[in-house]
Amino acid sequence: MADGAPLLEARGLTVVLGGVRALDGLDLALAPGLRTIVLGANGAGKSVLLRTLHGLVAPTAGEIRWHGNGRRARQAMVFQRPVMLRRSALANVEYALAVAGVPRPVRESRARDALGRVGLSAVAGRSARVLSGGEQQRLALARAWALEPEILFLDEPTASLDPGAAAEVERVVAAIAAAGTRIVMTTHNLGQARRLADEIVFLHAGRATEQTAADRFFEHPLSPEAEQYLKGELPWK
Amino acid sequence: MEMTARAFWRLSLAWVAAATAASTILATRPAEAADRFITVASTTSTEQSGLFKYLLPIFEKKSGIAVHVVAQGTGQALDTGKRGDADVLFVHNRVAEVKFVADGYGVKRFPVMYNDFVIVGPKDDPAHAKGNDVLEGLKKIAAAKAAFCSRADKSGTHAAELRYWKAAGIDIAKDKGPWYRETGSGMGPTLNTASGMNAYALTDRATWLNFKNRGDLVILVEGDKRLFNQYGVMLVNPARHPHVKKEAGQQFIDWLVSPEGQQAIAGYKINGEQLFFPNAGTDN
Amino acid sequence: MFEILSSFEIALGLITHADAELWGIVWLSIELSVVAAVIGGAMGLPLGAIVGIARFPGRRALIVVLNAMLGLPSVVVGLVFYLLLSRAGPLGEWGLLFTPKAIVIAQAALVVPIVAALTRQVIEDAWAEYAEQMRSLGVGTARAVRTLLWDTRFTLFTVGLAGFGRAASEVGAVMVVGGNIDGVTRVMTTAIALETSKGDLPLALGLGVILIGIVLAVNAAAYGIREWSARRHG
Repeated sequence: MADGAPLLEARGLTVVLGGVRALDGLDLALAPGLRTIVLGANGAGKSVLLRTLHGLVAPTAGEIRWHGNGRRARQAMVFQRPVMLRRSALANVEYALAVAGVPRPVRESRARDALGRVGLSAVAGRSARVLSGGEQQRLALARAWALEPEILFLDEPTASLDPGAAAEVERVVAAIAAAGTRIVMTTHNLGQARRLADEIVFLHAGRATEQTAADRFFEHPLSPEAEQYLKGELPWK
Repeated sequence: MEMTARAFWRLSLAWVAAATAASTILATRPAEAADRFITVASTTSTEQSGLFKYLLPIFEKKSGIAVHVVAQGTGQALDTGKRGDADVLFVHNRVAEVKFVADGYGVKRFPVMYNDFVIVGPKDDPAHAKGNDVLEGLKKIAAAKAAFCSRADKSGTHAAELRYWKAAGIDIAKDKGPWYRETGSGMGPTLNTASGMNAYALTDRATWLNFKNRGDLVILVEGDKRLFNQYGVMLVNPARHPHVKKEAGQQFIDWLVSPEGQQAIAGYKINGEQLFFPNAGTDN
Repeated sequence: MFEILSSFEIALGLITHADAELWGIVWLSIELSVVAAVIGGAMGLPLGAIVGIARFPGRRALIVVLNAMLGLPSVVVGLVFYLLLSRAGPLGEWGLLFTPKAIVIAQAALVVPIVAALTRQVIEDAWAEYAEQMRSLGVGTARAVRTLLWDTRFTLFTVGLAGFGRAASEVGAVMVVGGNIDGVTRVMTTAIALETSKGDLPLALGLGVILIGIVLAVNAAAYGIREWSARRHG
């Protein structure tokens, strides 16, 4: 898959927020098409990394190169807590399409299509904010998917959901990836990481200590920090 | 969010548009009911005595001119006239009125009517001020240092009060103590204060008769000729303020001093008691 | 205590036997206050929204000024407009002093800071919630302002009602620029002030009870709207 330039390449990425070095000279290259799970302890810089790659946080130093030629990839992000506008589920998706410049006549059909793919057709007309947590997160996924992003960032999308709703979200994320979108997701749920990941990026103290294929990572992590993390997280193992 | 200059101007433009639209609502509000109206600056005592409520409908019916009365202290009413914010002044401070005309702010002063001042005070009269001599009464109040409420608002009543102190040989500015309480407000509020503190006060009879919250206060000094309170009426000088409605304003003045207007004034009574005594054409 | 009770009795009597004069005063109060709230809202709302979202030089100073204006004594506002609108003042040619329009102008000037300050708070809170998502979607400032205004519309409507309440309960400025002219610029508050100065305290308080009733009804409506919108839109 990784023929030619990587989709995204970060070099020496440093972010200082409120005097804290959240990212500290991080290097990372993401090939197209894969599903990458970013792991690491709290405070390792996972969320900041996603936000910086997505453009919500400006790096203090370092650079991000897209496609090796600077053309920013079409992208979207889903947050731990979905933020929905006070309007219907359908209108929320249509809003994102309108912002992206999608012409009015095709917005509704594209939005309905996206809602169908996440299993929310039945609640398209309901007010988005009265939907359940799991439904709202799937709506956030539909909103992101409708934009047909080349890369989708997800920041702990299931952290505030019950197991059933989390499983639904996982299913949708897998479907989005299968449809060709690059996935970059953080989670604390190692079972979820195993199920979804093609590769693992492990962060420690603002640096990527390793980037490994998922199977290899869970068997033989390269860095001692990752090994410790896996032990600490999996005491029963 | 960082804002581009373009976005800022676009928002500002939208704001101005919205404000303009809203202002249009204001502008298109139906015109005031009566197109023909004059503004009369008068005193709180005439307004609160109820005279205007009785008098104005008679004039409005006859002339078709609505009279808008702004009730202020005489000092403020004269200032309103000077600024050109009223067409006619109907006040009671002869000295100030004569000066107003002499300074060119008013056209001509017409005496209209008088009522009288009274001194009210607590029923048990601790200063023994009761009688028919205003100067004696004030002297006793000052000697006893009994609580006295002054309007202290440059109104006609206030000016009269200061004249009486002076005539009684008391330099109130120098001799006043904690017993002399300056309310700095209209007749009604001053009476409310006096009633609350059981204090003496100088008031015009009309306001007193219409005043409900008397508490323990009663009239103690009345009937002194010096207590007469002369009202005058003047047209604001159109030479100074061209927008002054001189025909309508003069029509109102002419009616007030006409036999018909004078009779109407004499006809206003509270509990059968006449409040204002017409005396147009005299040299008061 | 007896006087307060008898005031309620008088208020009830005033309402049940309301004469044209009383209704005229009540209606004028409501009409002028609504227009003032609309105008003050139309100016204060975008002002508060821009200050709530945008970062521009002078923003902090503007916030301080707006907050200070909240505590501005209304009689000072009245005096400023008196001097502006007076025949001897710069806007004297319009001949607005002692007219209902002068009242609306002064009321609107008092409504602007309260609406702007409340709107700023509402928009700032909403923006704190929406900012990341909006920026992620690539929403520009102008659209962000429109979206936030629309999404907080029910709360902002209650802000408008607060502006109405401010206008309706205003007395100092209204007295100065309106002149409390019987049948022309006499509104509930100035009528109350007049009855108070006539020493007719029960009647004054009776009128006050009616005013309180109106403000109460407006606030109940505001509360109902918020509840309804919370159920409907979350």
